[in-house]
Amino acid sequence: MAKKTIQINFDTGWNLSPAPESIDHIQINEQYNLFIGGKWVKPNSGKYFATINPATEEKLAMVADANEKDIDAAVKAARKAYDTVWSKMPAKERGKYIYRIARLMQEKARELAVIESLDGGKPIREARDIDIPLACAHFFYYAGWADKLDYAFPNRKPKSLGVAGQITPWNFPLLMAAWKIAPALATGNTVVLKPAETTPLTALKLAEIIQESGLPDGVVNIVTGAGASGAALVNHKDVDKIAFTGSTGVGKIIQNAIAGTNKKATLELGGKAANIIFEDAPLDQAVEGIINGIFFNQGHVCCAGSRLFIQESVYDVVLRKLKDRMQALVVGNPLDKNTDIGAINSKEQLATINKYLKLGVKEGGEIYQPECTVPKKGYWCKPTLFTNVSQSSSIVQEEIFGPVLAIQSFRTVDEVIDKANNTPYGLSAGVWTDKGSKMFNLTSQLRAGIIWGNTFNKFDPTSPFGGYKESGFGREGGLHGLKAYLKF
Amino acid sequence: MAKTKLVYQNNSSPKVDQVGIFDRIDRITARSIKNEAKVQGLKMALNMVDLTTLEGADTDRKVMQLCNKAQHLHDAHPNLPNVAAVCVYPNFVKIAKASLKGSGINVASVATAFPSGQSSLEIKLLDTKIAVDAGAEEVDMVISRGKFHEGDYNFVFDEIAAIKEACGSSRLKVILETGELGTFDKVRKASDIAMEAGADFIKTSTGKISPAATLPVTLVMLEAIKDYYYKTGIQVGMKPAGGISNSKLALQYLMLVKETLGKDWLNNQWFRFGASSLANDILMQIMKQETGVYQSKDYFSKD
Repeated sequence: MAKKTIQINFDTGWNLSPAPESIDHIQINEQYNLFIGGKWVKPNSGKYFATINPATEEKLAMVADANEKDIDAAVKAARKAYDTVWSKMPAKERGKYIYRIARLMQEKARELAVIESLDGGKPIREARDIDIPLACAHFFYYAGWADKLDYAFPNRKPKSLGVAGQITPWNFPLLMAAWKIAPALATGNTVVLKPAETTPLTALKLAEIIQESGLPDGVVNIVTGAGASGAALVNHKDVDKIAFTGSTGVGKIIQNAIAGTNKKATLELGGKAANIIFEDAPLDQAVEGIINGIFFNQGHVCCAGSRLFIQESVYDVVLRKLKDRMQALVVGNPLDKNTDIGAINSKEQLATINKYLKLGVKEGGEIYQPECTVPKKGYWCKPTLFTNVSQSSSIVQEEIFGPVLAIQSFRTVDEVIDKANNTPYGLSAGVWTDKGSKMFNLTSQLRAGIIWGNTFNKFDPTSPFGGYKESGFGREGGLHGLKAYLKF
Repeated sequence: MAKTKLVYQNNSSPKVDQVGIFDRIDRITARSIKNEAKVQGLKMALNMVDLTTLEGADTDRKVMQLCNKAQHLHDAHPNLPNVAAVCVYPNFVKIAKASLKGSGINVASVATAFPSGQSSLEIKLLDTKIAVDAGAEEVDMVISRGKFHEGDYNFVFDEIAAIKEACGSSRLKVILETGELGTFDKVRKASDIAMEAGADFIKTSTGKISPAATLPVTLVMLEAIKDYYYKTGIQVGMKPAGGISNSKLALQYLMLVKETLGKDWLNNQWFRFGASSLANDILMQIMKQETGVYQSKDYFSKD
């Protein structure tokens, strides 16, 4: 007699009604200029570009495109503010400004969350519960350090660097701006920040908040534009430090560009994290960790757990649990409070992901996507698993930056350490086991900057974040994050 | 055919990580259940309630009144679903049975020296027999928590298996009293033992000690049910009991069931709420959804 296939039926007939977050209360200008020297100034280039909502392909606002002259004006404003005000201000006073920015951000948290979701396509649940509260927490945390630097680095006489040029990515626009601006200000530096061209709105909102906070003119300057604007900032002679978060490709260009100069740099680049599940792990929670690891923010996360390693003996059961769990994921309107997976950030990124999906299949991978519908308009990718892949597969080697998980099995501890480290990247990793000694063995041998034990994608301002190898260098967050903006 | 005696296999149960359980629950409670989904969910929840009275002060009349309430939840609103069962002590099964005749509502009886379970197997079997003979369609037993903590899993297993046999065709709900178990690992272990010993339902609590049912503990038990189903093909029901007194929380429980076990468990054959005051809160919410305004509590009968 044929064995009855046992399958849980998730088609319950009890479906969630739409629960969209209201957008009545937010204010987005039709056009944004550059925030330089405490004022909104028209770009020298005279050019503006559109930023769109990737979930609807509708235009949200026009944003100024900064050219070399604009960048120069911003750096000059930052230098002037550094020389005349910010470097001379007592540290305690500096701290007060940073606290004020943090509080103003908290007050406007809801507006910031909605705009973050509109501009970037991320689910409102994540923007509301993760991005914005964490961004505020970074400002609060570093505000506290401002007048305690001598205690952070006893007997080392920390001094600020000067003007910091900062370039942030499109995956966590406001959070990355907070990671960069807060420690720079706390250590007495002034800032020129260039947000990513597809998601500039929350950084511009932050500029409004900074203006409202009364921070002295020029201490923070926010200039928008694409790669050329970033290059102008990196190459500017009067910038003392470059902080960049983005792709490894661009990171290499930056490192090339600043070679032979006195510019300090921190680069936080790509990743291809191993998420390792041992047979003695709490499997149901590991499955939750796999989901959070790869589908958080549509997989647009540099530390995403995009390579899954499952120990042989539990391979089938973990895969089954993972597929069951994926049935409950809601893909769609990012502003709906029930959405788990929102829109892909841009048309270009969707093309990149689709290229990898094709490549994965072509190279012999077995693809799995749950049955779910996605909206007709906008950029979407269903959550995707690939099995039957190996270390030689392109989708295992290269960073996809999308909701695509490559799954392999392993037998021994040594084997999985070998495979996990067999990548040019080294940003993060996850280890799932009930056994403490195994956990510590792994964490000391994995070459990655952040390793999560029995959890994944957890962030805190007190914890340093950064990579090994081609995932970059320097640390952001915690005491280490202060160090990157100081000389001794 | 001779029935083979069940023997406890003492398989090790999977580990449970508390942080991960809480993370999952955070996702569930963040679900926004509005409008049609809310009404549909409320009606489903009402249909899953085991209307309960388990007091030293219970009397025949009190039980009759509760049975009457079960059949007339809120007559101002026609077409409401029934509750699933009325849950009483064994000595009231007969009167409940008579009061509920023809209503389609089951009579459930607690048994086995409820709520402490501190008695001999003979007494527990007799307690069960009295309930079943009086006509209880469902029996809610408690496990011997002391023996469980001592590590005498065979004892716990054998006791459940014996009670199950005494139940005959009545369905057996096994109360783990999770508030006394201490860790999620132990809840998982107790769930596995109960299911292997033949439980038709596993149930969180007696309602007599705090904490009673919680979402995290229910998730641990639902995952155990799911693993058991995949392993054996046998469906086991779930009953959180105690502390579920408002509609919002009840809807969150249902969402947890929906996303963990799916369609086959979203009915009162396989999911129940053990609660006394939940029904009226659900009724109030249903009326609010239909009329747009909250009505005074005094419009809803209390029995």
